[in-house]
Amino acid sequence: MKTLIATTFLAAAALFTVPAASAASASGDLQKANVDVSNEASLQRGATLFMNYCMACHSTEYMRYNRVGRDIGLTEQQVEDNFIFITDKDGEPVGVGSLMKNAMSDDYGEEAFGVVPPDLTMTTRIHGEDWVYTFLKSFYIDESRPLGANNTVFSNVGMPHVLWELQGWQEKVVDDDGNERIELVRSGKMTPSEYDRAVRDIVTYLSYMGEPMQLDRQRIGLYVLIFLGIFTILAYFLKKEYWKDVH
Amino acid sequence: MASNPDTKIQGGVLGWVDARFPLSQMWNEHLAQYYAPKNFNFWYFFGSLALLVLVIQIVSGIFLTMFYKPDAELAFASVEYIMRDVEWGWLIRYMHSTGASLFFVVVYLHMFRALLYGSYKKPRELIWIFGVLIYLVLMAEAFAGYLLPWGQMSYWGAQVIVNLFQTIPYIGPDLVTWIRGDFLLSDATLNRFFALHVIALPLVLIMLVAAHIIALHEVGSNNPDGINIKDTKDENGIPKDGIPFHPYYSVKDLVGVGVFLMVFAAIMFFFPTGAGLFLKPDNMIPADPLVTPDLIPPVWYFTSMYSVLRSVPDPFLGVVAMGLAVVMLFFIPWLDRNPVLSMRYRSFAAKFNLAVFVVAFVILGWLGLQQATTEVSEMSYRFSTVYFAFFFLLWFLSKERSVAFSLIAFAVVAGIYTIYDILRFDPSDAGLIMWSWLIPTVYLFVTMVAPAFARGLGRDRAVPERVTS
Repeated sequence: MKTLIATTFLAAAALFTVPAASAASASGDLQKANVDVSNEASLQRGATLFMNYCMACHSTEYMRYNRVGRDIGLTEQQVEDNFIFITDKDGEPVGVGSLMKNAMSDDYGEEAFGVVPPDLTMTTRIHGEDWVYTFLKSFYIDESRPLGANNTVFSNVGMPHVLWELQGWQEKVVDDDGNERIELVRSGKMTPSEYDRAVRDIVTYLSYMGEPMQLDRQRIGLYVLIFLGIFTILAYFLKKEYWKDVH
Repeated sequence: MASNPDTKIQGGVLGWVDARFPLSQMWNEHLAQYYAPKNFNFWYFFGSLALLVLVIQIVSGIFLTMFYKPDAELAFASVEYIMRDVEWGWLIRYMHSTGASLFFVVVYLHMFRALLYGSYKKPRELIWIFGVLIYLVLMAEAFAGYLLPWGQMSYWGAQVIVNLFQTIPYIGPDLVTWIRGDFLLSDATLNRFFALHVIALPLVLIMLVAAHIIALHEVGSNNPDGINIKDTKDENGIPKDGIPFHPYYSVKDLVGVGVFLMVFAAIMFFFPTGAGLFLKPDNMIPADPLVTPDLIPPVWYFTSMYSVLRSVPDPFLGVVAMGLAVVMLFFIPWLDRNPVLSMRYRSFAAKFNLAVFVVAFVILGWLGLQQATTEVSEMSYRFSTVYFAFFFLLWFLSKERSVAFSLIAFAVVAGIYTIYDILRFDPSDAGLIMWSWLIPTVYLFVTMVAPAFARGLGRDRAVPERVTS
């Protein structure tokens, strides 16, 4: 009987661990994003970069401006002054409680890039933080592409290298062993380590965006588990007390 | 009016109610004077836990319907609205998604308990039948619910499952159109799945659960020894090995509830996506009828049945095999005719049979999540064979068989799939087909041939008169 139970549990454990392991290996050689969503400064820098470089094409339309401001420590005035670039039908900037759509129409996006730039609210949940981090670092010059750039993580991507003025330009090179890698050939405004940090900030912001309540969830979860732990201990002693007379 | 000084207020109120509604009687019949065997173990927590999860799902579901919009244009955004803008909406939504997966965990463990201690055997056949019906309705409920977030996996998962009906000869295509309410999976489908998910199926589920419990309380609970405690009663007609469900098992179940809720909370607060098993990353992309995802695995609780489906090359026969994999469960009480209920006193062969069945079910579940390569298909086929052979073995192990009968039965069963292997033999997969042939064959050898020669392996043990602690 014991062995039967043990077998069952071992098999069940295998079911839960194996898919996770294979999912990790399928993602290839991605670089670790190492984001810390509790780092408010990083979130603010990431939000600023995102608003300035990404949001012209990509929306985060399931989220509201004022929620972002509240969560990353900015006043509504700061959000209105720095983050809101879209206008309503009267040409006035949209209110701070609006969803974070963008000004570009789907038709225009498709005409310019071949595909409509996807909404990024949940991009880190779809692709993973490491994927987004590596993707933003992996653009290289490719004259055969309409916008002059390609990407090693997402080949023939429709998106141009938007962050080129920060990173500079990379080229694909083949080393003596025949391995392909990309190398910086023209530097931008940032050093490679500064650029890594900037990309990490963007990914931190997007990770927050994917699940804005994730820190609350873990904080509350801890208290719930402590409560349930005490409850279970009390229930156990109550059970023992009642069962004293069962022989 | 003069009041009666002998009657307390509480007794008065209760007496008033009891004269009009059998409240005390029901309380006593189902709780305070329902005598349950005193030797319930770990496996007996899962019945009450399944009831708890049902309540959690209904309550969290009611709150979700207050904000969810069953409209193909609005559904996806309304789920994100719940996650972001509704106060505590994320908690309610994660509670519902975690509850769905844990419902199946609990139900599978509950079903395993029934197989382990023979709880489906006479006089509990109807309890088992109601239970299998609950499992069926639960699968339909989970399937309908999975479409509602209207993500890519919702859409394409439903597409795959609905299209299974297309394989039915003659009526298939029309039937599928009728189910969808459209020529493709669309707003009409979403609306009707919503109706089924929040009204029709939960109602059926609750009624079946009531029938399951009423049938249980009519005949009494089984126990890990598989002994009928009503056979040994004291002078008052109370089973000597029975204790009132309340308070003994109500306080004991409270401990189980505490531990279970800790597991529940740990998943809900720290791993709500269950490493992609409970909430799939692709389902964060809104449904797009024009873009088919590379891999469309069903949610984990369907993957075993899905593997059975994929193990058969012909689509219609695959659907039949999958249906049969569930329908076979109904026949278990009449397949297993062995008088010994509990595995504790069953033979090694019977224990081995159940253990292999559990392992096969888990492996089929894992295979169902994988891309269908040659190896995956072959393994799915082999373990599906084992899955179905289990039911035959339940019957075969009902009593001790003669050497001749054992050998002939083994030759027939092993012969069926061996002939099929010869017919489908493909030199490029020769190695795979030959070594994987050993999987069902070793299993059948241990359960059928070995006990014919080493009699100890197939012999059940004596069941004691009274329950062991």
